[in-house]
Amino acid sequence: MTAIATPRRRTSLTRNRLPRIAPWASLVVGLVVGAAVSTLVGFNVFGWGVFAAIAFTIVYVAWSAAVEGGRKARDKFATCLVIGSFIIVVLPLFSVIWTVLEGGIKGLLTPGFLGTSMNGVSGIQDNQSVNTGSRVVGGIYHALIGTLLITLWSTIISVPVGLLTSIYLVEYSRGGRLGQAITLFVDVMTGIPSIVAGLFAAALFATIFGPGTQTGFVAAVALTVLMIPVVVRSSEEMLRIVPNELREAAYALGVRKWRTILKVVVPTAISGIASGVTLAIARVIGETAPILLTAGFATKINLNVFSNWMASLPTYIYFQILNPTSPSNPDPSLQRAWGAALVLIIFVMILNLIARLVARIFAPKTGR
Amino acid sequence: MKANRFGRLSAVALVAAGALALSACGSDNATNSGSSSSATASGPKVTGTLTGGGSTAQSAAIDAWKQGFTGANSGASVQYNPVGSGAGRKTFISGGSQFAGSDAAMTADELTQAKTQCGNDGALDLPVYISPIAVAYNLPGVSSLNLSPDNIAKIFRGEIAKWNDPAIAADNSGVNLPDLKITPVHRSDDSGTTQNFTEYLKAASPSVWTDKSGQTWPASLPGENAKGTDGVVKTVASTAGAVAYSDDSAVSGSLGKAKVKVGSSWVALSAGGAAKAVELSKPADGRATNDLALNLNRTPTDSSAYPIVLVSYHVVCAAYKDQATVDLVKAWENYVVSDAGQQAAASAAKSAPISSSLAAKAKTAIDSIKVKS
Amino acid sequence: MTKAADETAHASPKGPDVTSTETKTSEHSGGARKLSSREGAAGDKVFSGTALSAGILILVVLVAVAAFLVLQAFPAFVAPQSQIADGKGFWAYIVPLIVGTVIAAVISLVVATPISLGVALFISHYAPRRLAQILGYIIDLLAAIPSVIFGAWGISFLAPALVPGYAWLASSLGWIPIFGGPASATGKTLLTVSIVLAVMVIPIITSVCREIFLQTPKLHEEAALALGATRWEMIRMAVLPFARPGIISAVMLGLGRALGETMAVALVLSSGPLIASLIQSGNQTIAADIALNFPEASGLSLNQLIAAGLVLFVFTLAVNIVARWIISRHKEFSGAN
Repeated sequence: MTAIATPRRRTSLTRNRLPRIAPWASLVVGLVVGAAVSTLVGFNVFGWGVFAAIAFTIVYVAWSAAVEGGRKARDKFATCLVIGSFIIVVLPLFSVIWTVLEGGIKGLLTPGFLGTSMNGVSGIQDNQSVNTGSRVVGGIYHALIGTLLITLWSTIISVPVGLLTSIYLVEYSRGGRLGQAITLFVDVMTGIPSIVAGLFAAALFATIFGPGTQTGFVAAVALTVLMIPVVVRSSEEMLRIVPNELREAAYALGVRKWRTILKVVVPTAISGIASGVTLAIARVIGETAPILLTAGFATKINLNVFSNWMASLPTYIYFQILNPTSPSNPDPSLQRAWGAALVLIIFVMILNLIARLVARIFAPKTGR
Repeated sequence: MKANRFGRLSAVALVAAGALALSACGSDNATNSGSSSSATASGPKVTGTLTGGGSTAQSAAIDAWKQGFTGANSGASVQYNPVGSGAGRKTFISGGSQFAGSDAAMTADELTQAKTQCGNDGALDLPVYISPIAVAYNLPGVSSLNLSPDNIAKIFRGEIAKWNDPAIAADNSGVNLPDLKITPVHRSDDSGTTQNFTEYLKAASPSVWTDKSGQTWPASLPGENAKGTDGVVKTVASTAGAVAYSDDSAVSGSLGKAKVKVGSSWVALSAGGAAKAVELSKPADGRATNDLALNLNRTPTDSSAYPIVLVSYHVVCAAYKDQATVDLVKAWENYVVSDAGQQAAASAAKSAPISSSLAAKAKTAIDSIKVKS
Repeated sequence: MTKAADETAHASPKGPDVTSTETKTSEHSGGARKLSSREGAAGDKVFSGTALSAGILILVVLVAVAAFLVLQAFPAFVAPQSQIADGKGFWAYIVPLIVGTVIAAVISLVVATPISLGVALFISHYAPRRLAQILGYIIDLLAAIPSVIFGAWGISFLAPALVPGYAWLASSLGWIPIFGGPASATGKTLLTVSIVLAVMVIPIITSVCREIFLQTPKLHEEAALALGATRWEMIRMAVLPFARPGIISAVMLGLGRALGETMAVALVLSSGPLIASLIQSGNQTIAADIALNFPEASGLSLNQLIAAGLVLFVFTLAVNIVARWIISRHKEFSGAN
């Protein structure tokens, strides 16, 4: 081994390379220096991590600068920054996920949590369960169904409309007056406070169907107002980066524009569009205020979006946290709230999976 | 490739089918109770759906009332949306709901507007929910604390900065007050609790509390704040030396509740004391006979009355459009003000049951509800 | 990218075992014949008509919402100013809120943007592919956590954890006005809010950026690498110029969320009048103020809150217009033409 390795190190190709152990050596130095510095200012794990990361970066980049020269050192520095930012992000995000998991698992595993509604549950039962240690009654079934249906309807409305609009903006309007107006208003709407969307939908349906019209569908309309701008913007962005060569190639083969769009442009951008739709759903799925103003606050199961009040997971979570069912014993309510939050995340996870599945089915195979 | 594509499509179909299957199960019977339980209330059974909305303070009590009411009237259901008092009154005025829960009585303006929906007699305010407001403090080792209205006002205005201030020590002989900074905590959101607390300070300590009373805490005053009753209590519980006003129901065991000076005696918070203070209050001026809006007496001298209370109303129409609605509203409100209803609220939401004399007045008012002519 | 075009052309439903040239020619000539017929022309008209009507529908809805907002906000502007916000008048009420909103959003973006770009690059160009897929998935999920959960996390975990840090800032850097002491004892400050907001917008910016980084023409990347560029130089020369409009768009999306975020701010911030220090309790944002006061508002105070919403609306619009302008200036650098 050594016999082969020694002459290799002398070749011009590997002359100015850091040895393979360089990152690990730098890491060890970084950890030691980090420990030393953090001990000086008062040791804790967090400080150690921060100082170690800084020390590692300095050592590694300086070493590279000395051996490999400035360009390689800059590259190493960028790598450190990119990986560093990734680590910075992982910490708080996993802390959030951990908080939800920790709080949610117990609620989720309570029998009846997924299968029952909150009908008939009051502070009396909660006080009893705290005092006697019996199981926490009441579940999220009604809210789960409500969120499912409301989000489904708003997606059904906003995705085709939003996608067609972005197609119009990118493929047809190409900077025309109408296109500019639509772009302007889509931009305006991204900043709309969600409560205003709720007020608007409530007022619209109150004018048409009389006061007090609160159903799941009204909520879906309110969410649509919030969702459309996100769908339009993200799919517009994704359609825009489809290379023109693709379109031109299709036209050159005599393919009609609409077929080009449906068969070439949209499939090329589909994974980005699907991701954008997931983001749009994510944007609206946690909204509380618009749903409260438009769909009421039900404690019973309602499967019909066109009549009667409907519950939803966000309103459920919100009120279980801020207005516990039993004010003097909020723990059962908190347990239900965290459980519901966990379910909401799992629910989005499934949606996300479906979106990716759809994307994969329609997307062309690319080099990636 | 083709087979693969079908495989993927069937996977999508499977997920969709799973979602559909999910919607086929599920039960409204969370408490495992038979539908015939607790059918003790007398009178004919009513049917139909009653819609209300408003005060968040009442929501726990309403959950309890709903359960009791629908237990006795299996054909009836009540839905309540805790959107907040202002929004609740607005929905009620526009005809979107049959009753509103509100931490404040209707204003004269709103009563006029309500005539469109409720006929010429307008709407009625029924005081149905009384919650004592505690002055809760986090002082390790101090189990009993006397606070005069002036001292409470000064603490919340930041004019007394330390717990061992002579002004507090003078009222608490024998209590070992720590040399700790006072951190007053108030509500960041608009609330009926803030309104009632500031009303109390303004009435009981007019020389110190020079700000207006209202739902919003005066912005010029120092101190920390938090959203919602729960947020305030949590902030106090985690900060030594903090003090806050909060609905009594949410104040947990580790926090102390100050005794308040009434007349010349120190009164501890109690449900009975709160009900007593409400009983001693006069009806608000310029109201219809059956409108029970109260002008709360914040400075009683009776040593059994605890004056820092929140009274929340149910606002109902004096007249509804048909007999079925009238019957439903009457049955619901009669249950709410009945002994059984008030006890249910007390055990679920830790509220103070209204006194029997007030309940009698409320029953008279409820019985006057009629069909719109 | 020509590779992608190639693939698209190949994506016929037939299996690969059929003689490929034969299939392709017959398919394509057949398709071309069919498409050049009148039926195809009609399809074109129908499709462009549908797209146009979708655009018009959106325009109508959005104009209606905007009109509704203006109509509802109008009374707050014309009413005597002494009746609004305890007699302070509307502008005295709104200006501190605007400042607070801007500070929180700007800090959160300053924190979130570089980190998000780093993470997006990590996922698209650094991480092993399998790990990258999982990470992309997790990031998408995080964007969906309801803001009330972020709020609860901020108040129960982050705020107490930051208290010692704030105390240190106040004692060491207290001479800078934004770190002026005494530091809050609860940690419920505007800086905490900004950090929570940053954590909330990172998944959004990352998700969009990653998608755009992945769309970078492979030829550009490979050309750069072939010329001897290091990975970082390749990213700087091929990936970032291509992605710039998309990055700006992503940041704007994040800004929209940061500006309009209500529950997290409402739960975490111990609000108060406008102050310079970011580590004391104080300040407030428009959206949180609306959320906190809306439930109990009625009459003119409701109009006032909606007017505040209108201001937020106008404000976001201004930011968006600036962003559009920047994007259009950089359009010539876009690789997608």
